[in-house]
Amino acid sequence: MSDQEKNEISRRDMFTKIGIVLNGLAVAVLAVPVVGYLISPILGGDRGQYKRWITLGELDEFPEGQTRLAKFRNPISRVGDGETDDTPCWVRRIQGEQFQVFAINCAHLGCPVRWFAQSGLFMCPCHGGVYYQDGSRASGPPPRGLFEYQYKVEGGKLLIEAGQLPTLSTTASLHEGKTGCQG
Amino acid sequence: MSRLEKIGDWFERRLQIGGVVREAMTHPIPRKSASWWYVFGSAALTLFILQVFTGIMLALIYIPSAAEAWNSLQYLNHDVTLGWFLRAVHGWGSNFMVAVVLIHLCQVFLFGAYKFPRELTWIIGVFLLLMTLGMAFTGQVLRFDQDAYWGLGIGASITSRVPFIGAYAVHMLLGGPIIAGATLSRFFALHVFLIPGLLIALVSLHLLLVLKLGINEWPMPGRVVRRATYVKEYEELTHKDGVPFVPAAIWKDMFFSAAIVVSVMVCAWYFGPFGPTGYPDPTIVQTIPKPDFFFLWLYAMLALLPPEMETAALLIGPVVVIGLLILLPFVSGEGEKSWRKRPVAVVTLLLIAVALGTFTKLATYSPWSPVMNGWSGDPVPVEFLNGRSPLERQGALVFQVKQCRNCHEIGGSGGKRGPDLDRVATRLTHDQLVRQVIQGGGNMPAYGKNLNPAEVTALVSFLETLRPANQPPARDASQAVLTQEEQGHLPANGR
Repeated sequence: MSDQEKNEISRRDMFTKIGIVLNGLAVAVLAVPVVGYLISPILGGDRGQYKRWITLGELDEFPEGQTRLAKFRNPISRVGDGETDDTPCWVRRIQGEQFQVFAINCAHLGCPVRWFAQSGLFMCPCHGGVYYQDGSRASGPPPRGLFEYQYKVEGGKLLIEAGQLPTLSTTASLHEGKTGCQG
Repeated sequence: MSRLEKIGDWFERRLQIGGVVREAMTHPIPRKSASWWYVFGSAALTLFILQVFTGIMLALIYIPSAAEAWNSLQYLNHDVTLGWFLRAVHGWGSNFMVAVVLIHLCQVFLFGAYKFPRELTWIIGVFLLLMTLGMAFTGQVLRFDQDAYWGLGIGASITSRVPFIGAYAVHMLLGGPIIAGATLSRFFALHVFLIPGLLIALVSLHLLLVLKLGINEWPMPGRVVRRATYVKEYEELTHKDGVPFVPAAIWKDMFFSAAIVVSVMVCAWYFGPFGPTGYPDPTIVQTIPKPDFFFLWLYAMLALLPPEMETAALLIGPVVVIGLLILLPFVSGEGEKSWRKRPVAVVTLLLIAVALGTFTKLATYSPWSPVMNGWSGDPVPVEFLNGRSPLERQGALVFQVKQCRNCHEIGGSGGKRGPDLDRVATRLTHDQLVRQVIQGGGNMPAYGKNLNPAEVTALVSFLETLRPANQPPARDASQAVLTQEEQGHLPANGR
């Protein structure tokens, strides 16, 4: 093998390596938009963008001393969401402008809790979680009380801050409700 | 040379795969491995092909949109010619596939087939099992009904328990802040593109390894696997006493696969498609979500785990289980293959089967959940009201109206969350009943704030009648002593 041939091979080797590096670069550059696209749900973030103040209804729709089911349309809505944007919640009007607005989702695993006015309890149909009327845990597996939305009363209307599914790590409102037992 | 042979020849000159295929088909296998016990892997493959085929058929109609998915399933069920049947075959095919893959795993485990040199075949098989379960779960989500919607809520709630990145993980899972259109779209992508693609790749590798390493020999007690000698022994077994895969064994695979496909079709025809259940409108809160059959055990475990260890169990449990499955061939890569010489393996498998079976059975009637219409469904049986005082009957009314029956059975109907109360008066005294009602405890809510004293009195007097005529009421022994003492039957220092 002559020196020239050796050079020839090492040159091809080098080009091969450059080829690999070029493709690696192309993939790395492509990865930026792809990753950005993929993680867009978390860039929307837990830091407020998902949450807005929404009107739940007139004050007189919620009689004092009662807990009623209310519905609102999720503030962030996309093509093809259908009825999944309609979100239920339990509104307890303690008295006057003093409210508690509970998320429908059980603090255990998110199933829809139902209100039983006669016994003053919320019961969950999935794994047996039970809560008192103020949302505090009564029995069963939930690790805390019901999730609460922040509320305010403006112009005779009840507003809540909402926009994301409440779980143990995602809050119902930007700040946890101040009233009620946090379990 | 016939025309057909000529055409075949034309392709063979270009493709040159005839030799490889012939070699694969006629590769020698140990004589005893041409057994009915060795048909589950091929049946799983057959079911996978059936699922791919029926899945493509359903995709012709199905609309992966939260607004339309449910309607498109109704359309498939009721308007498309035989749409219901294809849905049913896909649904039953899924159940059969999970079952057959599980049976295949048990058989491979009991026959020691994961031992040297088939460790990688086993590990790929573990991932195939996980993906099969993944397909079952994502498929349940695509059946976008109330069970699917709230099932996603459960998925999100479990995800939220991951420390530090829980919130991000929830948003990644849902594709946004709530369960909505984006959630269904990403589960569609998982169910139709990502997991099936991985399955095809890994099934191919799994099969390639079976061909390269040979099918497991029939385990004989005393025939011990040693890394140094195994390959030579296996070669001897296949070449001296082997038979070609085709035709010695393949007919059993074919018979069983055909039987399985026919069974799927019979089930599909007889039982019909799964759901969809109620319309996925979250504001319909009168719903009792339940997972599909193969996830019922998980549903039961989620209800029965003590709350304080739930997060740890949910997050660490799967890692431990998958880790153990992957480590298995490295921990016991040598030694006995026969189940007759592996009592620990047999007992472990039996224990797991009994546990999962028990959880599944429990989940079919979920005794941990209040029965939501327990209080409004059935009246208090007449025998508990006959000859009772007005106060006691008033108590029966309180019992019913305050939803006690959502959790407590009486006369054989009601919830199973709390103890059944047919004989409660033989267990608890008057004072204990009052205390239990007002303060709750032992997983019972306190009713003190929701019952006025008159209601408590009425309720307790009703509960005190709940005992068989021939059994005495519960008695507080210390009270008896006190009473006797007051009446002067006992000296004061005689306690």
